[in-house]
Amino acid sequence: MKKLNSVIMAIESSCDETACAIIKDGTEICANVVSTQIKIHEKFGGVVPEIASRKHLEYIDVVIEEALDEAGLGFADLDAIAVTMGPGLIGALLVGLSTAKGLAYSIKKPLIGVHHIEGHIYANFLAHPEIALPCICLVVSGGHTNIVKITEHGHYEILGQTVDDAAGEAYDKVARAIGLGYPGGPKIDRLAKEGNPKAIDFPRAQLDQPLNFSFSGLKSAVLNYLNQMQMKNAPVNDADVAASFQEAVVDVLVGHTIQAMEENGIQTLLLAGGVSANSHLRDRFDAICKEKGFAIYYPPLSLCTDNAAMIGAAAAYKFDRNEFSDYSLNAVAQLPFSEYVTTMKH
Amino acid sequence: MERLESHQCTIELGKKLGASLKRGDVLLLEGDLGAGKTTLTQGIAEGLGVTEYVNSPTFVIISEYFSGRIPLYHMDLYRIEEESQLYDLGIEDYFFGNGVCVVEWPAVAEAFLPENVARLTFRKDGDVREIALTISGELDHMREAYNEYFGI
Repeated sequence: MKKLNSVIMAIESSCDETACAIIKDGTEICANVVSTQIKIHEKFGGVVPEIASRKHLEYIDVVIEEALDEAGLGFADLDAIAVTMGPGLIGALLVGLSTAKGLAYSIKKPLIGVHHIEGHIYANFLAHPEIALPCICLVVSGGHTNIVKITEHGHYEILGQTVDDAAGEAYDKVARAIGLGYPGGPKIDRLAKEGNPKAIDFPRAQLDQPLNFSFSGLKSAVLNYLNQMQMKNAPVNDADVAASFQEAVVDVLVGHTIQAMEENGIQTLLLAGGVSANSHLRDRFDAICKEKGFAIYYPPLSLCTDNAAMIGAAAAYKFDRNEFSDYSLNAVAQLPFSEYVTTMKH
Repeated sequence: MERLESHQCTIELGKKLGASLKRGDVLLLEGDLGAGKTTLTQGIAEGLGVTEYVNSPTFVIISEYFSGRIPLYHMDLYRIEEESQLYDLGIEDYFFGNGVCVVEWPAVAEAFLPENVARLTFRKDGDVREIALTISGELDHMREAYNEYFGI
């Protein structure tokens, strides 16, 4: 277990949430403030929808103050300022990034840019610092689907990724088609519990690169099914559709991930990202890891969705390696993890 | 309505349109899930010379691509619940900006639209996909590209 020694403030504003956390020694969460939390809403007098940059701008100072209060710390106690640099909504990212730069400059502490995916991975090390390397991490969220091999901290190899839609996006689109609304993941997960996962045989895409994913065809298959039933005036059992769709997604995620572990002789698995909160996905991975004798870790639910604590955790390891960013650090809306890994490699 | 025979046809139409686009053009894409909106956008991006891979902007709402001859802003407004959120998003800056906006699920943004706007409406009936172009204002270059593609 790596011994880290740092107090890092992390800012995350890549999409819906404005968040600030303070992480001590890479493992201790001194503060973890997300703007959708009650306390903040009370300050603003109600729940404010906050999709965008202008809202992030309103919230950012408040979440930073709140984080310092919660931690009982001042700016002088911080060793570095970390921030999500991408990918995400550019205006939203810029609010966090500009704030982080300004802060780092004014308190004369280093700036650390973190890729959003790297943050998701490190939510695991934050919650379970005992994780031994090497390991495989499956990152599944609304925007990403990656199988990442981690040989040592900061060294990543992407073994598989989606060639079209992300897993979470497929959930959102299918939820939209059966009228469940956004966000689709938790809603389908819940509805699927009442359905038969074998009711409809949706396709499991197999690609030339066997560890890659494709979910676009599955989405179309669900839409076609709904369409056909409608044309036949036949009743649709939404719970069966949800369960069968989810089964197809989970089959592929589990199959590819376990294959990657076996091919690489790796026995430790991490799950990360919003979709890793899915109960069926966790159950299936738990079962197969038990059968194979693999160790499995996932973050608590609060660290699966977007948060700043995970960015702070990733930054703590970067701080330890003296990996800092300069003030030319820019927000990047499209930032494939593979490119980040290549550019950041040391 | 014109018929889109295949995935490739949708891409080709997009390329043709993309090549014709000018700064400030706004294209609205209307149609159900799976109708071909993102596919058409991939073609448009190719026509603009965008080299990055274009995927769905559902999660981030607006994706920006700067590798083409003019910037491409690809939006999915499905998650926007009310007009006030569009102000927060700075949508006018995009609509009246220096690039091309391609907007999926645009209904919520009607009040923000510029005078010149092109609507591409998709219809999917079983395996048959059709598309229609309606233009408000002056966007002759888009009409020409569209008509040329379909030989109208």
